[in-house]
Amino acid sequence: MHEYTLMELSRLLREREVSSVELVNAFLHRAEQFNDGLNCFISLFPEHALERARAADGLIAAGEAGPLTGLPVAHKDIFCTAGFKTSCASKMLDNFIAPYNATATERIDAAGSVMIGKTNMDEFAMGSSSETSFYGPVRNPWDTDRVPGGSSGGSACAVSARLVPAATATDTGGSIRQPAALCGVTGLKPTYGRVSRYGMIAYASSLDQGGPITQTAQDAAMLLSAMSGYDRRDATSADVKVDNYLDALNKEIKGLKIGLPREYFSAELERPITDALDGALKLFEQAGASIVDIELPHTELSIPVYYVIASAECSSNLSRYDGVRFGHRCTDPGDIMDLFCRSRSEGFGNEVKRRIMTGTYVLSAGYYDAYYLKAQRLRRLLRDEFRAALEQVDVIVTPTTPTAAFPLGSRLDDPVAMYLSDIYTVSVNLAGLPAISIPAGFSHGLPVGMQIIGNYFREAALLNVAHQYQQMTDWHKRMPGGRQ
Amino acid sequence: MPLDKKEIENIAWLARLTIADRAIAGYTKDLADILALVEQMQSVDTTAIEPLAHPLEIDTQLRPDEVKEEDQRDSFQNIAPLTEDGYYIVPKFIE
Repeated sequence: MHEYTLMELSRLLREREVSSVELVNAFLHRAEQFNDGLNCFISLFPEHALERARAADGLIAAGEAGPLTGLPVAHKDIFCTAGFKTSCASKMLDNFIAPYNATATERIDAAGSVMIGKTNMDEFAMGSSSETSFYGPVRNPWDTDRVPGGSSGGSACAVSARLVPAATATDTGGSIRQPAALCGVTGLKPTYGRVSRYGMIAYASSLDQGGPITQTAQDAAMLLSAMSGYDRRDATSADVKVDNYLDALNKEIKGLKIGLPREYFSAELERPITDALDGALKLFEQAGASIVDIELPHTELSIPVYYVIASAECSSNLSRYDGVRFGHRCTDPGDIMDLFCRSRSEGFGNEVKRRIMTGTYVLSAGYYDAYYLKAQRLRRLLRDEFRAALEQVDVIVTPTTPTAAFPLGSRLDDPVAMYLSDIYTVSVNLAGLPAISIPAGFSHGLPVGMQIIGNYFREAALLNVAHQYQQMTDWHKRMPGGRQ
Repeated sequence: MPLDKKEIENIAWLARLTIADRAIAGYTKDLADILALVEQMQSVDTTAIEPLAHPLEIDTQLRPDEVKEEDQRDSFQNIAPLTEDGYYIVPKFIE
């Protein structure tokens, strides 16, 4: 049953081929069986999930099912889930039971889904490998000696290994798309403001955005429909109509203009990834799309700009963790400063401290103009380049990552090398655009992702292009085997 | 431009972090590497470009000043490390 997509499982439930209790039991069983090796879940909630499944079966029997009724999902442990541990993979929040729900997951819940667990991630979503978790590294199901990507590595791993049919995730600089690429699944980062950030633990507030990780674009459309929409509790939530994403999937892509930024195909790009992209572009052309060369000349600067802005916002956001109202508190503080400093130093891991330190430095007196303001000026330049490109073309196609999954531990001691793995994803967050990563081939047995970037609030167009590609290929149907 | 030990300690103090002496060298190197990466930004003249704080440039949303939330003090204090009579308890810091 685990190989089915969310859409297929939904049909099986409605046709009473299977009950939600059977479905939830089957996925819980797989999750319990494989989590020891993969470490993709921080928590599993079998009792809660079965109770929800029984209620779902009742709704289905009564003909009152919603779009996601009875379907198992997992949430990244960055979304507050009332009454359940919400750790953000940090010692700081190891004891934190959220007193309220994030809007995004609450909406998925209201659509009838069954949360079976919360997924592992980089601590406070800061990382590209899911190795900085307080609960230990997540492993890539295609090769357990390699990373699944990050920060939503647990969600990508769980969907890839078919331990859950779909999961929520968040993306600040690539944290949905990069792990989706490295694990061979579909991951969508919506337009900034499309999905409410309320109750989503903040890392860098002008960049953070929640979205789905699924097997297919069709499933991503199902989950995004439930997650999206205006929320008065998030001051940056966009009051823009939510399109019918499922209806848009079947449009022909004949006449579609695809932009190709030459800057993204540099020497550092692995050869099999270039080949995979070439293959995909040929298919698009055969389907009637045209390929147009575009320029995004300052792409290289997106990494330094991102790390200045993200670190600055992180140092401000994470100042709330002080050992006073919730979270970790040191024992026997000598005075108030000792309480703050020791609680924070004990509660945060190395990468989080590194980014807080960087952010504090770039915001400090005397450096603000040279770093923070400079980065904000370049942010406008990068965004305007995207805007100009998207006036010429409908979507932009790029690789999601320069390499396939890298070995565990190989970049952990070199923050700059780790940061550079985000080169194709971070500029999209700086611009606030939507982008999807879908499986597009393999590099030495490891999955490769293709990124499709679209215009603001055109998630329907992205999902349409991705779905059409998935009708022509079967990369998204490949499952990790062997070493699992 | 590498930062010296005193600068690292000052940043840590501003960030309310304690850094052990043995960890200073690591932070010095990491921050130097990160700042070298960040230095690339200086290659572009941006004097004519306005800073962009937010991708959507949306206006601040206003709402009527009405009480809508319920009092949830007990629920919030359930997860606090130390409380007494509805107060959060910290070491004394006012003489």
